Amino acid sequence: MKTFGGPVLFLDRSDINTDEIIPAKYLTEITKQDLKPYILEDLKLPGFDPKGEKTKAARVIVSRANFGCGSSREHAPWVFEVNGITAVIAESFARIFRQNMFNCGMAAIELPKEQLDLLFSHAGNADAAISIDIEAQTLTASGGGKQKVFTFDISPFDKALVLAGGWVDYADSKY
Amino acid sequence: MGKTTAEKIFASHLVDEPFAGTKVLRIDVVMCHEITTPIAIADLMERGKDRVFDGSHIKAVIDHVTPSKDSKTATQAKILRDWAHRHAIKDFFDVGANGVCHALFPEKGFIHPGYTVIMGDSHTCTHGAFGAFSAGVGTTDLEVGILKGVCAFREPKTIRFNLNGTLQKGVYAKDVILHIIGQIGVNGATDRVMEFRGPVVDAMTMESRMTLCNMAIEAGGTSGICMPDMTTVDFLWEFIRDEYATKEAALAAFSRWRSDDDAEYDKVIDIDISALAPVVTFGYKPDQVKTVGELAGTPIDQVYLGSCTNGRLEDLRIAARILSGKKLAPGVRGILSPATPKIYKDAMNEGLIDIFMDAGFCVTNPTCGACLGMSNGVLADGETCASTTNRNFMGRMGKGGMVHLMSPATSAATAIEGKIADPRKYL
Repeated sequence: MKTFGGPVLFLDRSDINTDEIIPAKYLTEITKQDLKPYILEDLKLPGFDPKGEKTKAARVIVSRANFGCGSSREHAPWVFEVNGITAVIAESFARIFRQNMFNCGMAAIELPKEQLDLLFSHAGNADAAISIDIEAQTLTASGGGKQKVFTFDISPFDKALVLAGGWVDYADSKY
Repeated sequence: MGKTTAEKIFASHLVDEPFAGTKVLRIDVVMCHEITTPIAIADLMERGKDRVFDGSHIKAVIDHVTPSKDSKTATQAKILRDWAHRHAIKDFFDVGANGVCHALFPEKGFIHPGYTVIMGDSHTCTHGAFGAFSAGVGTTDLEVGILKGVCAFREPKTIRFNLNGTLQKGVYAKDVILHIIGQIGVNGATDRVMEFRGPVVDAMTMESRMTLCNMAIEAGGTSGICMPDMTTVDFLWEFIRDEYATKEAALAAFSRWRSDDDAEYDKVIDIDISALAPVVTFGYKPDQVKTVGELAGTPIDQVYLGSCTNGRLEDLRIAARILSGKKLAPGVRGILSPATPKIYKDAMNEGLIDIFMDAGFCVTNPTCGACLGMSNGVLADGETCASTTNRNFMGRMGKGGMVHLMSPATSAATAIEGKIADPRKYL
């Protein structure tokens, strides 16, 4: 059973792009770990500080539509991974970013807007957290003394990639 | 029921369908550059899998930062170079022979109708101009492509864009694609192929078709696709003349990849191009598009002409025609990066480079450089660039910089006036 979860970073805007997640000038780094300080450096949102405590503590990101649009850079999932964020929940994803997440064994989970609105209603709670059970396809949001369980869809292939821990070994053994 | 070009390519390249909705395809061309490939190479080495499935299907180039600007970029270039030599990859393009991947590889005749193409670069959608399925992927997909020659996709549905009418004076493929993105939005084609049809596309050169397909990703599209026709055959003829007795024979072979008349589409969108004026982006998303008239007068600090979108000879000719005998407005910097060495040389032989230099432009070597704020024209905080590139994201060409995307013609008129200007008065 593969589970993800922990404190949530809420990014309340659509079309958050790869250049905001990790600017191109850092793509000259050769190791994933070297990307760590630059997470979401160019993202400008009211109340958001890329170097703040909320960013540091986050294990899950909740955002809006078309998350991860733009470049194909896998550095975007990697900069999340090395900062301990292994799941993003959004209304929709750009194709390449979504596939990159699953290819790395991480989760890109889509929820309908109404359910995302419910998640965002937790944004004010300092203890907002989400735990995700990929096998059961459920996520549990908690905070402010409340708890709510959501179910989500995930393609069987993407689920297999998460459970296998990524695409390289899967493909090399099979093709 | 008939099939679309994308459906035909998926059917002919299918290796496996491990789960419903997921198709693993055989890949004809795996393209590599020095930004996204080195980490794939390092990972393969770490896994003890430093192999390539077939070096003749792999093409590699150093293009994003070249010649290397510092130790880190030199290391990236070296990793790619050493790997290409180690695996005897014949089609590897190093300093002196290198250019922007999506201009260089088509110029070499590497992409044919019906091919599957991947690269660790989002603008890989460009090559659909040849009637190929060509998609940008991440480093892990690239790694598997290098190792096994396969890639997994959710089979995309196709949106057909019927581009009717004719392009008016001063309006180009760049204006058409910006207009389309403005209409459907930055996720209007997510998980979709964008098939460009109609008399406007039929009349376009391969260069213009590449410009059109190049920006499919800015609407979220997986691949752009144009129908192969005699224009495709003419462009590829020097590379395929040994395979086909006549151009007509090549056309007949290529035509089987065209979408069938009774193919089913996710959506069909008709656009009358005759009514289109030159357009320019504002803001930080490529779907924020206005006519040049609405933005005319916006002051700019720099003009950038180049990139995989608009750094080809046709683009240079259009801009040079407007710039001929003119000067950059005082205080405005002009930067031209011809996208490949051949384009650079042809432009020189045609006298175009003289025109740009006499106007006050700096002419750089072919590179992606400034388009993504890596080198050769990065913006300072608060500066504005009129650019023929493809992304106006916040910080894209330099932290705190603003990018207005436009055609080469509009960028040339803007260079002369020092503020966003309508190119039609110069034509």
